[in-house]
Amino acid sequence: MIYLDNSATTKPNPSVLESFVQVSRDYFANPSSIHQLGGETERLLVKAKQQAAAILNVSQDEIVFTSGGTEGNNTAIKGIALEHQSRGKHIITSEIEHPSVYDTCLKLESLGFEITYLPVDQNGVISLKKLEDAIRNDTILISMMHINNEMGSVQPIKEIGEIAKKHPKLFLHVDDIQGLGKVPLQLYNSGIDLCSFSGHKIHGLKGTGILYVKNRTKLFPLFHGGDQEHGIRSGTENVAGAVAMVKALRLIKEREKKEVHHMYKLSDYLKNELSKWKGLEVNTPQRGSAPHIINFSVPGVKPEVIIHMLGEQDIFISTKSACSSKQKDESKILAACGFSKERTISALRVSLSYETTKAEIIEFLQALEKAINQFKKVME
Amino acid sequence: MQFDHILIRYGEMALKGKNIKKFIIRLQENIQHKLKEYPNTKVKRTQGRMFVLLNGHDPEPIIDICKNIFGIQSLSLAIKAENDIDAIKDAALSALKSGEDVKRFKVSVKRIEKGFPMGSQAMNQELGGHLLSNTEGYTVDVHQPDLTIKVEIRSEGTYITSRVIPGLGGLPVGTSGKSLLLLSGGIDSPVAGYLAMKRGVQIEAIHFHSPPFTSERAKQKVLDLAESLTKYGSSIKIHIVPFTKLQQEIFREMPDGYAMTIMRRMMIRISEKVSEKESILSMTTGDNLGQVASQTMESMNAINEVTNYPILRPLITMDKQEIIEISHAINTYQTSILPHEDCCTIFVPKSPKTKPKRDKISQIESTKDFTNLIEEAVNEIEVVKITDKKQVAAFEDLL
Repeated sequence: MIYLDNSATTKPNPSVLESFVQVSRDYFANPSSIHQLGGETERLLVKAKQQAAAILNVSQDEIVFTSGGTEGNNTAIKGIALEHQSRGKHIITSEIEHPSVYDTCLKLESLGFEITYLPVDQNGVISLKKLEDAIRNDTILISMMHINNEMGSVQPIKEIGEIAKKHPKLFLHVDDIQGLGKVPLQLYNSGIDLCSFSGHKIHGLKGTGILYVKNRTKLFPLFHGGDQEHGIRSGTENVAGAVAMVKALRLIKEREKKEVHHMYKLSDYLKNELSKWKGLEVNTPQRGSAPHIINFSVPGVKPEVIIHMLGEQDIFISTKSACSSKQKDESKILAACGFSKERTISALRVSLSYETTKAEIIEFLQALEKAINQFKKVME
Repeated sequence: MQFDHILIRYGEMALKGKNIKKFIIRLQENIQHKLKEYPNTKVKRTQGRMFVLLNGHDPEPIIDICKNIFGIQSLSLAIKAENDIDAIKDAALSALKSGEDVKRFKVSVKRIEKGFPMGSQAMNQELGGHLLSNTEGYTVDVHQPDLTIKVEIRSEGTYITSRVIPGLGGLPVGTSGKSLLLLSGGIDSPVAGYLAMKRGVQIEAIHFHSPPFTSERAKQKVLDLAESLTKYGSSIKIHIVPFTKLQQEIFREMPDGYAMTIMRRMMIRISEKVSEKESILSMTTGDNLGQVASQTMESMNAINEVTNYPILRPLITMDKQEIIEISHAINTYQTSILPHEDCCTIFVPKSPKTKPKRDKISQIESTKDFTNLIEEAVNEIEVVKITDKKQVAAFEDLL
């Protein structure tokens, strides 16, 4: 099997799975229970939180365990909107956000919020000037993704943070679900108030995640209840999930440090090879994009068919983001980048992991070439 | 050129006259101890200064460690160059370029080695000119620079530094002897320990544990607090006193209003015995004037009667808010506010006397002989050593 759909989900790391099983079996007590077993479980949870905080270079009480990226993004955006609406109802985001941000903003519009969706250029990057111009007195939130899940484009978060710092009344939320473990992002002293991460994109488990909430950031919680996670995320803690998340985080950070060059090399190779092909257009910018996502279009070829043809040979890639691939037609993200319709309806996405080898890429390229040729022959 | 040294300045210690050597050597040892994980580093003393030789290690984590070592007034990254004008120029240029968000700079030359052919003033101009002609976008501003490039010409070489990072000040831990810290698990006592350490005191801790009334979590909380304090010194030994029997006896036999004061007196008696055994010359508490009933002038007077050991009370005149701020800064606040009962909160009399009298207490106490219970508690003390090297955590394989 050649698995090249790592932006949709990654294969769980066996040692992460092991931790999950072990914690579920041995530390099953409710961490809020007063008895000894509860105490032990709580201690494990605290240790996990401390480790996450140390890895992300933030403080322990700024870590909130969530059920994943969608929950993190919703908690951040709705949390700020509802808590601070008396001060303003204007939110800034971009046209290329993941549905868990974009659709949340759309829903808030129906509740009377006003949303500015910043456009992006052909590289999938917003304009800092336009961002600055969009900020108003009643702006309460900027929500911006770090790495785009379809294009692999990178937003200038550092500069956006500097802009946010100049407007202390507004909050900055970053969706770093695709960036974690591949493109470093500094949280400390960055102007970022909220940042969402997901476990299953870093060889952890689905249903696990972390939301960074900077000290003194007040949120209206999505869930009310037992006041767990500083009241931001009530509900009995998923201790095994939290431990698995933090272990996955540690492992991916170690690999990022040592092996990210390998991934850059592979994606450069892949981009280079693809850009030599006639009738194929690479949509991911040649320079400055994340190392694990390569998006390209084969105009005139139905992407779904290619996926099935490759799937028959145990090679797995995707069209657009898994979260929107059930909707037919074109990729909204590519359209927002200004690509022609024939490109936006024929896009394919390859996403790598640290496990991906050059031999796999070569095999994939051969299979892809064959599939495209076969398809064209049938259509002639 | 790269920053290859960290220059360390010591403040108050410099005033120690004849004894200064003792302080400096201790500081050097403390730094060496904390940098054990960076085997290539070396800590060197020269006149009036100390240097950490980085030998290829990344400076940032080492700066982070040194920032928390008492006795260091401030530190700076430094480049060591030959006493040669071109080498100094090169180094100054790297120092300038390493600064973040710098537009205006100034050069400040100190010539400690008077044999160097060029005077300080002439050097300032020479170097300033060199920096301006080899960079773009910088201006010289001697009044409000974003960055001052300091150049110290010494006999062994010239040190070029830029950023000055403040340290914690204080005296090197271990230069003021040892004290036994009464560590409860609340907000105050860790802060008191920290402040004592700041004055060069090495800490051992004592904790009164009343199982099953107080939980393992309460004990763990205290171990965690002690671990936070190791960051500022070396390992900390904790004496955990089984206090249940004695405490029950006090609250059963003694009149309600006096029980709390008597319990405190017992704690001091036990602490004195531990101090004696460990050759410790004082105790440290988180007492704060007027905060609770046991911390009134009369209470402290009555409690203090049972020992002639000095009791350090670093927080005595502070406001609660000041204490909370320090506990945030030293990262103990979050642990301290965990809501686990400790021995001071389980049996709380309805109306403790806020103005107990010494002779009255002594008379009440004398109606019952506590000697055996005290002995028993002391004999059954459990000693836990918390090291500043990362403990092999129980959950390590899971995480």
